[in-house]
Formats: sequence, structure tokens, C-alpha cells
Amino acid sequence: MTDAAQHPSAKHLKKRYAAEARFKMYGRLAITIALAFLVILLGRIVLQGYSTFTTNTVSLPVYLDPARIDRADLSGSNYDYLVSLAVLKALGETEDELGTMSEDASALISRDLGFQILDKVKADPGLIGKTITVTGPVKADADLYYKGEIKRSVAEGNRKLNDRQLTWLDRLKKSGRVHGGFNSAFFTHGDSTEPEQAGILGAAVGSAMMLLVTALIAIPVGVMAAIWLEEFAPKNGWTDLIEVNINNLAAVPSIVYGLLGLAVFINWLGAPRGSPLTGGIVLALMALPTMIIATRAALKAVPPSIRDGALAIGASRTQTVFHHVVPLARPGIMTGAILSLSHALGETAPLLMVGMVAFVPGIPSSFIGGATVLPVQVFIWENASERAFAERTAAGIMVLLAFMIVMNATAIILRRRYERRW
Amino acid sequence: MVVKVNMQTSAPTPVVGTHANQAPPAGEPAKITARDVNVYYGANHALKSVSLDIPGKSVTAFIGPSGCGKSTFLRCINRMNDTIPGCRVEGRIGLDGDDIYDPSIDPVSLRARVGMVFQKPNPFPKSIYDNVAYGPRIHGLETSKTGLDDLVEASLKRAGLWGEVHDRLKAPGTGLSGGQQQRLVIARAIAVNPEVILMDEPCSALDPIATARIEELIDDLASQFCIVIVTHSMAQAARVSQQTAFFHLGSLVETGPTGMIFTNPKDGRTQDYITGRTG
Repeated sequence: MTDAAQHPSAKHLKKRYAAEARFKMYGRLAITIALAFLVILLGRIVLQGYSTFTTNTVSLPVYLDPARIDRADLSGSNYDYLVSLAVLKALGETEDELGTMSEDASALISRDLGFQILDKVKADPGLIGKTITVTGPVKADADLYYKGEIKRSVAEGNRKLNDRQLTWLDRLKKSGRVHGGFNSAFFTHGDSTEPEQAGILGAAVGSAMMLLVTALIAIPVGVMAAIWLEEFAPKNGWTDLIEVNINNLAAVPSIVYGLLGLAVFINWLGAPRGSPLTGGIVLALMALPTMIIATRAALKAVPPSIRDGALAIGASRTQTVFHHVVPLARPGIMTGAILSLSHALGETAPLLMVGMVAFVPGIPSSFIGGATVLPVQVFIWENASERAFAERTAAGIMVLLAFMIVMNATAIILRRRYERRW
Repeated sequence: MVVKVNMQTSAPTPVVGTHANQAPPAGEPAKITARDVNVYYGANHALKSVSLDIPGKSVTAFIGPSGCGKSTFLRCINRMNDTIPGCRVEGRIGLDGDDIYDPSIDPVSLRARVGMVFQKPNPFPKSIYDNVAYGPRIHGLETSKTGLDDLVEASLKRAGLWGEVHDRLKAPGTGLSGGQQQRLVIARAIAVNPEVILMDEPCSALDPIATARIEELIDDLASQFCIVIVTHSMAQAARVSQQTAFFHLGSLVETGPTGMIFTNPKDGRTQDYITGRTG
């Protein structure tokens, strides 16, 4: 052992191990910092957003007063007032001369109940003069009070509900008319100006339609361009230029693609503003460079011995590419496609430029009609003044992340499955 | 009959097989005739004015140190050099008298006549059956299912692989051992019934036992095909070939019956190489 200790390398050994230990520690530190940020980010979103998934609903017997419903103009009658009166009746209060009582009451109950009564009366005018029970969400502010986010301890002037309204909410809860439950409206409605009515479905459908357009354009064009460049194109100055430009395009800020879409597709070609079609085309342009780069990398990864083998047996160039190279590159191509689509899914800036930022209350049903998409919906809610939209913003982000996780997991599963085949 | 001694070694005095080194019958026209073949990779003059006759139905070995041009010349014979950017071939290579670099010759159909086996076994990542059936399918040699089945079986039998794989034809070809993969690749090449089989160091990635199997196979196939083999092992050249061509620095130095080259070389460079003084 003394020989080993005297060897000239021995005195450097300690230093070398120390350097290795230091390097490992830096690595662990970096990972810890990254994970901490991730936990903080996700934790904050979940903590702020989870309350969106529950809501409070109220059931009220509403007297359909014939004196207050205009049979000739059913849509023009004020059903919200009938609901307010029903609230007062349930609380044992009576309307005063100035109508402040009913005004306070109407601030507690969603207008959804009034719309439900309208639908019912339209379907069966015979209900007028009777008492029917309607069930629907409370107003978002009332919901926040039930969830403990509006507190009685705050000075009355600094909160949206006054003391009397809070007392009424307590009494409604105690009377058993208010029930907590799953907020299905959030997953079945489009956007709304009323937070308790606003849902993510419209944006999700818009995103799906737009991604379909993006996929239908970006995948075939990108894959064919990559195959040509990688397998068939002559290697000369022109193809070098094309290659450099594709790599540069991948680094172009996405808003530039939005400007291009606005100038070329909307202003020049007259594409419908704010539609999934236009948004999808713009995002397809944005996704193309990444798509081409990923496909070329997948093609390059196919060992040249496979090409040689196919050529040597007399396969033509096209046969070599489509019988051997592309099938082997398929997992890589699919992974690239899904990742560039999930990147497109999260894109906001270029869509703002092509008008997808409009308030769209319904569920989009046409590729050329107005629509909004998940990240833009999050952006719109984030800007809304109503406090209840804050939690919906976080919930929207959670839905968006869920979409991304599903897409990325699909990419991983596909890759694993096809790689394992041989 | 193959002599299995000194495999993979550059024995100074190679053991020369008895059967393998008989010269082909004289007077038979050469299968491949190369005249003044020059190959350039860009500015690099890789092969210098090579003229060589290769007889049919026998084994011709190309030997020489690394970078001597033997693989380059081999790849000229099935025009695989066409796929290398910047590669230029001059001169004339005849296959049964047809100039294979004539514009009227399609490299795709040429490669159906001239098969090739590479250094590293490269079966397609498909089933054993599909590997062998691929060539006949793309060339439209067999269209019926039973005809194709028979052809696959016959090719695997000729490559000496049938006994080992007949019960798992649907298994992936890449799952076979290295030596089996190389025989699968040979079966794939002979399935299209070529006239010439080019082998570019077919045993350099194999162990001695797999090498011996391949050498036996080459010996069997020599009665049906014109085989050209590039090898780094002089012992292998001595065992399997009837003619040997020695390349050095891009030139063809010497060619002749294998027995002559190894026992009585005319050129000093050949002498130095086979005795292990250079290379």
C-alpha cells in the first residue's frame, strides 16, 4: 500500500475526488431549486384554483305571480325579481318601498334561476300563477362568503356584501336551502360575465378545434419537408440556406407569427377573424420549424446501415425511405409532432393578434366562427375585475396543464410502445 | 473443405486450403471486367487505374491494408458509390460485357444482379420472413403467397439458416445472434437470385465460430455465384478464395490464383504485406 501512496498520482487524488463531490453538490442544488420553484408554482395554482371545482347551489320555491309576468312578452318579464321575492319569502322578510330588500336579495342569487324560470314558462305557460321550485347557483360573491373568502371581520364598506346580506346567507344555509357540491357548470359552460356561470368548455372545444387545424397542416407539411430535406435534397448552397432559415424560424418570437397571420390571412386573404381556422393556420406556421427539425432528427437517427441494406438489395430511394427509414423514425416523428402541438396548445400571443381574445360566451361549433382557447381564456379571466374570476383563472390553468400532461404522456407512451417493438 | 486454423490472424505463412484454391477452368470469359477504373471522393483520388478480371462461380478475395481502395472498388461493382455525395467513378466496369456505368443501366436493377453483404450485419428491423421476402417483393419476383414461402425457405436453406429459424420466421431478424444475422443478410441477398455477391469484410464483426460458419457458406455458394470478398484476414482469404487481388495505396498491385499470391508473390509489396512486414 505504501507503493500506492507514494505514486505521483496520489497527491492529486484527493483534489480530484473533492472536485467530483463539489460538482455533484452543485447538481443536487440546481435540481432542488428547480423542484422548489415547481412546487411553489403548482402549489399556488392548486391552492387558489381548487375551490372553483365546488360551488353552492340554492333551491327556492318561486311564486310565478301572474301580475308580474307579461303573457304577451314572456322574454321581457323580470324573473330575477320573482326570484328575489322568493328569497325574501324564504327568509321571512318583506319587500320595502324602495326595493332595497329585493335588490340586496338579488345580489345573492345567480341570474341562472331567472333564466330557468323563463325556459319553463315558455315551455308551459300554464305554470303562471303557480309556485315552482328552481335550483341554481348562488352568486359568485355569496359563494365566496360560503367558502370563507369574504369574511365578516372585514369592514362592511370594504366588502361587496353588507352585514344584512351575510346574515341572510347564514340563515339560508341554516334553513337547508343551500347545498355545496361539484361545480359542473365550470366544465359544461362557455365563458360568461357572471363568474358562477362561467365555464371552461367553450375554450377547451376551441383549443381542440384549433389544434386539429394545426395538426392537419403542420404534421403532413412538416414531415414531407423534413423527408425531402433529409433524404432527397441535393446538398448545395440552396438547401443549406433553407436549413439555416428553418432553424432561425424556430427561434422567431411567436407574436411575429401573429402579426403575419393578421397581415396575410386576415387583412389580405380575408380569413375569418378570431376563428379556430385562422388561429390553427397561424399556429401551424409556428409549429412547422420545430416539426421539421424534430422529424429530421428522427430520420438522422436511423442507422445508415439500414439504408445501405435496402439500397444494396435493389430498393429505389423512395422505397428505402418509405419502407425502412420512415417506419423506424416514426416514434421520433410522433413525439416531435405531439410536443410541437402541445407547445401550440399553450400559445397565447399570436392568437391575440388574430382576434381570438374576444368574449365568446357559447361553445364554438364552427371552424370559421369566433372562438377562444384555453390560454387566452385564462388571460381573459385574469384581467376580469370580479374577484371570483381569480380562482377561475387558476382553475383554467389547471385544466390547461391537464391537457398538456395528457398530450406529453401520450407522446411518451407512443415512443415507449414503438421502441419496444424490436 | 475449409481449414479452420489460424482464423482471424495474419499468419506469416497462411495455411492454404486444398479445394478452395483451385484456379477456375481456363478459357471461361470473366464475369466482371474492370478497365482503368478511377474513383475520386471530391479531390481525393481513391482508386487509381484499376484493371481486373473476376471470374464467375468462384471466390475472389481483395486484400490490402486499410484505406487501400479495396472496399471502394467493391462498392463500384454494384454502384453503391452513387449514394456517396462527391464520389466520381471513371473507367469501365463490365458485367457479362454490359457496361454497368452506361446511362441505360439502372442502378436499382443492377443491384438485383449484384447483391451485397456488409461488414456489420444489417438485417431490417422486421421479421426473419420479411427480411428475406423483401427483395423478391420489391422486384416482383414472386407474387403468390406459397411461391414466396417457398422462396424464403429455399433462400434460408441455401444460407444454412433454415434449421435454426424455421420455427420462428415471424420473430424479429434483429433478435438473432451476430453470425445468424449475417447469414440472414446473405439469405436476403440470394433471395433475389443475383449473379454476383459482394462481401465487404463479412466476418470482421463475428466470433471465430460464426466466422467458420460463414466461410463454409461462402465455400458452398461459390459453386452458384460469383463471390467477391474484401477481407483483412489473410488467413481467411487463403481459406475461402480461388483468386486474390492485392491493393495498396489505391492501386491494384498484384492479382493471381490465391495459392500463387500467398506462396510466390511477384511484387515486393505483396511479399511484405503477406509476411506481415507492412499493413
